[in-house]
Amino acid sequence: MAGDSTSYIKHHLTNLTYGELPSGYERADGTVMSEASWTLAQDGAEAADMGFMAVHLDTLGWSIAIGFLIMFLFRRAAKNATTGVPSGFQNFVEILVEFIDNTVKESFHGRNPLIAPLALTIFTWVFMMNAMDLIPVDVIPALFGLVFEAAGQDPHHAYMKVVASTDPNITMGMSLTVFAMMIFYSIKVKGIGGFVGELTLHPFNVKNPVVQALFIPVNFFLEIVGLVAKPISLALRLFGNMYAGEMIFILIALMFPVGLLMASLAGVLQLGWAIFHILVITLQAFIFMMLTIVYLSMAHEDH
Amino acid sequence: MNINATLIGQIIAFAVFVWFCMKFVWPPLINSMEERAKKIADGLDAANRAERDLKLAQEKAGSQLREAKEQAAQIIEQANKRATQIIDEAKESARSEGDRIKVAAQAEIDQEVNRAKETLRSQVSALAVAGASKILETSIDLEKHDALLDQLAQEL
Repeated sequence: MAGDSTSYIKHHLTNLTYGELPSGYERADGTVMSEASWTLAQDGAEAADMGFMAVHLDTLGWSIAIGFLIMFLFRRAAKNATTGVPSGFQNFVEILVEFIDNTVKESFHGRNPLIAPLALTIFTWVFMMNAMDLIPVDVIPALFGLVFEAAGQDPHHAYMKVVASTDPNITMGMSLTVFAMMIFYSIKVKGIGGFVGELTLHPFNVKNPVVQALFIPVNFFLEIVGLVAKPISLALRLFGNMYAGEMIFILIALMFPVGLLMASLAGVLQLGWAIFHILVITLQAFIFMMLTIVYLSMAHEDH
Repeated sequence: MNINATLIGQIIAFAVFVWFCMKFVWPPLINSMEERAKKIADGLDAANRAERDLKLAQEKAGSQLREAKEQAAQIIEQANKRATQIIDEAKESARSEGDRIKVAAQAEIDQEVNRAKETLRSQVSALAVAGASKILETSIDLEKHDALLDQLAQEL
């Protein structure tokens, strides 16, 4: 039972990884690669050995699929947008757009037509990726296992993580993009001199140029730490919350096969955690969007 | 949980979705919403203006009505005043006309009396002469007593 639980959890936490294995590599099932080639990883260790040149097909796939779905729905609403009385889906999208627009207007004081669409994309996309957590943990992996087996593969290797935001690559990908925008707009608005000045002349600012020169490395260190902490904390906050949330769903799911009493308890727990999780997924999506707006607003502010 | 090329894939996907949203989703939605907000604001403005116009028109009508009433009252008062004036004038002119007629009549009466007196005076001398001649039965020299007779007539 303990071994089963461990492998169950491990299975749930391993990505469907597609990457290159070197020649002579001994695979998990005992076969040896005759030459280097791209293949699906059979377990976590193989995925790790693939190094950087590998792709998580499951999380990236779900992420892109959800993004396409959202953009498709939004585009349809935008195409049908009328100035008359809105109805149905357009109404919903307009509420969303207005909410984002107000939030951006409150927090972002510069003028940049990119910020509001960026915030809308982040909020809806992250929300939808998080919301995949509410689908019972085994449904999609089990279905995928069937498909995988039907395709002639070993179902034990049918890894499938459906919640894209439990993959640090996904959250880091977004936060690094935001970070790049922060740097870009800092330099664009303040100039290179202004940006460097911001990094070196704060928080210790002294009139005496000699003393100031002494403080510059200190300032630079503090500011760089602060700057780099922003994208990392942005990514890890979302990742950590969703990873922990999914972990608890997996642990609850472990109780189902134990017995009728445990299964019914697990049902109650699962319902309770899912309801609580609705709050978490919304909150985390909102926090990611809000911090993006605030960071970019700071990048636009000239002291 | 390895960091790998998924990161790059996500960065590209993110950039594409944000670009798509900025290009094809956000502008039409926000434009139609702003336009609708403007339309609603215009409609409310027009309603407010119409209400204000109505109030103004009502006020104007009221004031005009009041003015008209005032004017009517004034005209009636003037007419009354004029009527009294006309009556007074008529009374006055009647009185003066009457006075004038009275004076004229008086003058005529006086004239008539004078004329009668004159006639009587002119005839009295002849009557006196005739009476005297009858009494005296003598002829009296007219020329001799003319002065005396004139004096007598004068005393009448």
